[in-house]
Amino acid sequence: MSGVSAITARDAGLVACTRCSRVWPMGTGACGRCGKTLVSRDPHSLSRVWAWLIVGVMFYIPANLYPMLITRTLVESSEATIVGGAVELIHYGSIGIAIIILVASVLIPIAKFVCIAFLALSVGRAGQEGAHQRHILYEMVEYIGRWSMIDVFVVAILSSLVQLSFAASITPGPASLSFALSVIATMLSAQAFDSRMIWDRIEEADDAARPATSSSTRPAQ
Amino acid sequence: MGTATEMTAITPDLHAASARDLDALIACPQCDALYRITTLDPGARARCARCHTVLISPRKKAGMRIIMFALAVMILTAGALWFPFLTVERAGFSNSATLVDSALAFSDGPLVVLVLLVLAFIVLVPLARVTLIVYTLAPLVFDRPPAVHAAAAFRLSEALKPWSMAEIFALGCAVSLVKIADLATVGVGPAFYMFVAVVVLVVLQDVYLDRWSVWNALDPRPRQDPAE
Repeated sequence: MSGVSAITARDAGLVACTRCSRVWPMGTGACGRCGKTLVSRDPHSLSRVWAWLIVGVMFYIPANLYPMLITRTLVESSEATIVGGAVELIHYGSIGIAIIILVASVLIPIAKFVCIAFLALSVGRAGQEGAHQRHILYEMVEYIGRWSMIDVFVVAILSSLVQLSFAASITPGPASLSFALSVIATMLSAQAFDSRMIWDRIEEADDAARPATSSSTRPAQ
Repeated sequence: MGTATEMTAITPDLHAASARDLDALIACPQCDALYRITTLDPGARARCARCHTVLISPRKKAGMRIIMFALAVMILTAGALWFPFLTVERAGFSNSATLVDSALAFSDGPLVVLVLLVLAFIVLVPLARVTLIVYTLAPLVFDRPPAVHAAAAFRLSEALKPWSMAEIFALGCAVSLVKIADLATVGVGPAFYMFVAVVVLVVLQDVYLDRWSVWNALDPRPRQDPAE
């Protein structure tokens, strides 16, 4: 990897704005261009990541236990949880939709919990290898997280659409709220992660390999 | 897509010089790697050599195009609000749902929180974003000084970006269509197509928006002419 040993703003005694990418001398309080509070590495980042992640997991449990959709037709009334609804869809033969629902509502949320926990644990602990892979993982988690909201929107669409008096009606169950809150908490958890920390271990290893070049300019935190 | 250019990395011996002209430097917001800013031709993109985040991506007449996309999004969203986007029929009963209906589906009990969330994610946040972007860019495009609080407006617009979920809602419509196909006869209304157009426009707008150019143009002491 050619660029792995890049000089960082911190190495140069500067602090970078993560919003507008302007650099300022280390110790500057707020970005003079966009107003963001400047920190070279956010020390509270990991606490916030863990806090939101725990909230997300907590809301995800009732989201799976309570019904997501309550369907009433002339002959029957049925309540379906996320997984139950997908199983029902498979019985009816719409395997494609069942897969979309299972991926968006079960696979992605759980994979997100695991990935965020892995990224937070790997900060400062992982070896030199894999920073780029972990960065890609982080970007995927940030990008894909929002798509879990699809199940909430489907519930909203179905509930407003299927109000056909006696013939059929669909109402949202309590799981829809806790699922939405779980997705929001997990998105906030991913946003709280300071991705610059993924790369820090590499620089420290690099510095150890060639202490003469960059030790002079690293300021005290 | 233009050619991808890698930025000139700062070498260790440039440390002393770099502290003096900070305007000429850019740090990758994702991995903190430091680069010297190079002027790019429109269509070219500068990526971080280490984590490949796009740092600068100027495009010709980007400002004007973004404003046009934003105005189109506003008109289409307003239209999509009032036309039905899906219609359903079973055993002689029929119903059609507008976006507002769909958000109001949760209106009983504690689920009222969801009304606000869904309405915000699919209508209010996208509309707020395009409004803020027009407010920020319009003075810059017409070579006037930035509007009052333009930096705050652009900041808010960027912060709202992950919470704008129009495209997810559009896919949700498609899933719903199939999901209730066996329960009732379902049809697509005009608002559905308007919504698909909004999704395309929002994506295009994002492709043209070069954050660095905007921030540079909003800077009280700009380093060089923005690429708008």
